[in-house]
Amino acid sequence: MGRRRTTFARIVRTGLLYFARNAWLAMAAMATMIITLTIILFSVIVNATFGNTIQQITDKIDISVYLKDTVTTAQANEFVSNIRKLSSVDSVNYLDKKAALKAFIKQNAGNDKLLQAVNETDNPLPATIKIKPKDLNQINQIRQYVTRPEWQQLQSDPVSDNGDRRATIDKITHATNIMRRAGVIAVVVFALISVLIIFNTIQMAIFNRRDELQIMRLLGASTGYIRGPFVIETIVYGVVSAVISILIINALFVTASSSLQATSFGLLDISYSQQFFQEYYWRLLLMQLGLGILIGAASSVIATQRYLKFKSPKK
Amino acid sequence: MILLDRVTKTYNKNLGAALDRVSLHVEPKEFVIVIGQSGAGKSTLLKLLTREERPTSGKIIVGGIDYDKLRDKDIPLLRRKIGVVFQDFKLLPNRTVFENVAFALEIVGVSQKEINNTVPRVLDIVNLKDKAKRMPMELSGGERQRVAIARAIVRQPKILIADEPTGNLDPKHAWDVITVLEKINRYGTTVLLTTHNQEIVNKLKRRVITIKNGQVESDRANAQYSDRPAVRPEARKGFSS
Repeated sequence: MGRRRTTFARIVRTGLLYFARNAWLAMAAMATMIITLTIILFSVIVNATFGNTIQQITDKIDISVYLKDTVTTAQANEFVSNIRKLSSVDSVNYLDKKAALKAFIKQNAGNDKLLQAVNETDNPLPATIKIKPKDLNQINQIRQYVTRPEWQQLQSDPVSDNGDRRATIDKITHATNIMRRAGVIAVVVFALISVLIIFNTIQMAIFNRRDELQIMRLLGASTGYIRGPFVIETIVYGVVSAVISILIINALFVTASSSLQATSFGLLDISYSQQFFQEYYWRLLLMQLGLGILIGAASSVIATQRYLKFKSPKK
Repeated sequence: MILLDRVTKTYNKNLGAALDRVSLHVEPKEFVIVIGQSGAGKSTLLKLLTREERPTSGKIIVGGIDYDKLRDKDIPLLRRKIGVVFQDFKLLPNRTVFENVAFALEIVGVSQKEINNTVPRVLDIVNLKDKAKRMPMELSGGERQRVAIARAIVRQPKILIADEPTGNLDPKHAWDVITVLEKINRYGTTVLLTTHNQEIVNKLKRRVITIKNGQVESDRANAQYSDRPAVRPEARKGFSS
């Protein structure tokens, strides 16, 4: 146990030494890693923001069915329970005349004239069934169901839905999908580039120390002992890059949120992005550290593979 | 301690075998000298023993380890049991004498305290105690080779393989190195030495194995180098003093 700890401490110390000696060579590797991690972080935030925007709009969409005043509670209940059975329905909310009035007053609080008009007449609002679809694309399906003749006869007014918002949502969804795809491609491309550059950096570092590695091998150093310091070195690249990428995004929000808002053509709800970033700060930092360490360690393991092979088995 | 049974090594089929059905047996604590021309197969023999190369056929058993059953991950463990001294020293140029010797202990996880105890004792054996803080560049060839020997024996291996350790040295320094090897042998380490140096062979009066064209040409106790007609005349001329 003592020996293992001693060995581990030596590997870490040597790795940090390699990092210090290799710092200039490591600049290119770290720069690409920083770009990669920043793009990844940015994509995650943009994705969350779009998700949030779509969710917010989706939440506001429902289908309203207005019932005649002559419809009995039993009839209404039967209608509601039938709607509930539909697989495309997320939730159904039945508002009788009173509740509909209350909701109307609440909705128009502040519009005194309108409220006064409502108060002066007998309750003019019909009992209403509000239906939330599970998916926006299912609005028409639900609409078809509630406008069947047997249900149509219970209704006072045509079914309404705030479907005009659908066009907006479709646009946003479309834009999000494109951005997501572009994000994924950018992430993959940059991740590959940074792996290659780190790979190259380590190869150069190994080349500089090939005599030392050969001597280590001949003296009986284990693969882990030789490889360890290189892995530690690249893990340090990963950690440094992760922290810098978080700082870059942080700086962007602090100094440039208004210009970000402008450049995203209002598509991006920057205040939510900022809120998301702050709320998940530690988790995002952890994600960045994890990715940085993974990219770094993977590339150094692959880069050292070739130099650590023993002679091929006898034929 | 070392057993080779009909060992053949072929690097390239067109060039023939570097070693051809070589069989030999070295007892524990023995001091064996291997001689032969350049290209005779001495280095191949040593590379097979340190498992830098694998035999094309035949069996090798060193210190009870059957190389056929040796997995790659066990090779470092094997090498820790064999001390190797190279003709070109293979010292780390940016480390002091002390650090070079300590290096062999570091890689096997020996504590710094133990290293601080052991290294000076070993440097004493090779008469370099007062040069522990020097860099390899500041030493003579013979001194460097003694550092390499110190590094090879610091883990107290049962077997020490010295590949032409005197090859780059003048006679005086060469003899210093041989004296150290004899000393180590007296402590109980099996020594396998390859050399070109006639004078060393004659002075040592140990078992001499001559390799020619990849085969064991002769294997004699207390042999004299001048007895060996296999050695090329120009080499002999160069070594006579």
